[in-house]
Amino acid sequence: MKIAFTASGETLDAPLDDRFGRAPKFLIVDPESGALEVIDNLQNMNAPQGAGVQSAETVARSGASCIVTGHCGPKAFRALSAAGIKIYNTDATTVAEALDRFRSGTLVPAVSADVESHWM
Amino acid sequence: MPLNTPPDLRVVVASGKGGTGKTTVALNLASVVAAPVQLLDCDVEEPNVHLFLEGSTRSREIVSIPVPEADASLCDACGECSRFCQYGAIAVLKDRPLVFAELCHGCGGCVRVCPRRALHEVGRRIGTVEVIAANHVTLIQGRLDVGVAMAPPLIKAVKARMRAGSIAILDAPPGTSCPVIAALRDSDVAVLVTEPTPFGLHDLKLAVETVRAIGVPLGVVVNRVGIGDDRVHAYCSEQSLPVLAEIPDDRRVAEAYSRGEIIVSALPDYRSVFERLWDSVVDLGARQGDQHADV
Repeated sequence: MKIAFTASGETLDAPLDDRFGRAPKFLIVDPESGALEVIDNLQNMNAPQGAGVQSAETVARSGASCIVTGHCGPKAFRALSAAGIKIYNTDATTVAEALDRFRSGTLVPAVSADVESHWM
Repeated sequence: MPLNTPPDLRVVVASGKGGTGKTTVALNLASVVAAPVQLLDCDVEEPNVHLFLEGSTRSREIVSIPVPEADASLCDACGECSRFCQYGAIAVLKDRPLVFAELCHGCGGCVRVCPRRALHEVGRRIGTVEVIAANHVTLIQGRLDVGVAMAPPLIKAVKARMRAGSIAILDAPPGTSCPVIAALRDSDVAVLVTEPTPFGLHDLKLAVETVRAIGVPLGVVVNRVGIGDDRVHAYCSEQSLPVLAEIPDDRRVAEAYSRGEIIVSALPDYRSVFERLWDSVVDLGARQGDQHADV
């Protein structure tokens, strides 16, 4: 199983970015092996619109089955759900802290978007 | 002096900054033209030109854009549609495409690139276009539906109702983004309305760069002269931009506007200001025409 995190850096001690669609990077972590993959999200970060949808595609392509992030809007939620990816919202400050919370089972999958759309 | 009236001319009244007087200039120009004129309200997010005109509605049409719909049984999730769409309006997740119609601009590209013909188009309503006749002015007004964030296709629908071979004055939305570009395209003259303040100057510069990139001849109207400073005038002379008119900061103008009155009707002493502005606009359009002829 692989877990995706929204991050503003490339290592586990990087800050967890609380935006899903416009996070600068996704860190894809395999909690069993500890393997870490960095996916640059600069293109979606600067997209005029549709950043959440395109970021969801990026995460889906990475093979991650969960995404841990700060907030997730309705279109990203719909896209991630369609891809079978579980969404976990957290206020953890770093990726490592978010990973600890995930491992300890204190995070629960979101059942809906937790922020409103930027468009309507 | 009879006003110079060419058979056809498309004039866009624009500005970087909002609230500088675009609608005032567009309406009063339309009022002084001595010929039938089409006035297009391209500020489709909040059209307001109709507030100043008494006329009868001739038509009201619903405008839709084509958005994709997928037949999942034909889709093999190749992802061509999603790679083509720059707006993120279609995503392929797992084994099926997911359409976000509210992000779609209706270009039709996804349908064309789909190798399995799994996509077809359906209409999505975005707003209306109304035509209102008020004496020698025909107002063509776009009105975007509440909750829709897709102005350019509706502005194109407004412009599609322009008759060739007549005079058209377009009241553009504020700013310098896509809706303004949609209003400016294929016009003969751009009139940029600004005010002599630091904010007015800042946004005028952005608007000038935008209009120059599109290649439309432009002139500037300085509104509310008397407030602010002289930096707008200095910028115009440094950039060789013609100042086509100056409208003083006159409380009577603001009062007439707030009552929904046209300035040249409420304050006859302003008629000559707008008549001279129209002559300057016509000259600017004619000069450009001559340059085209020389090439």
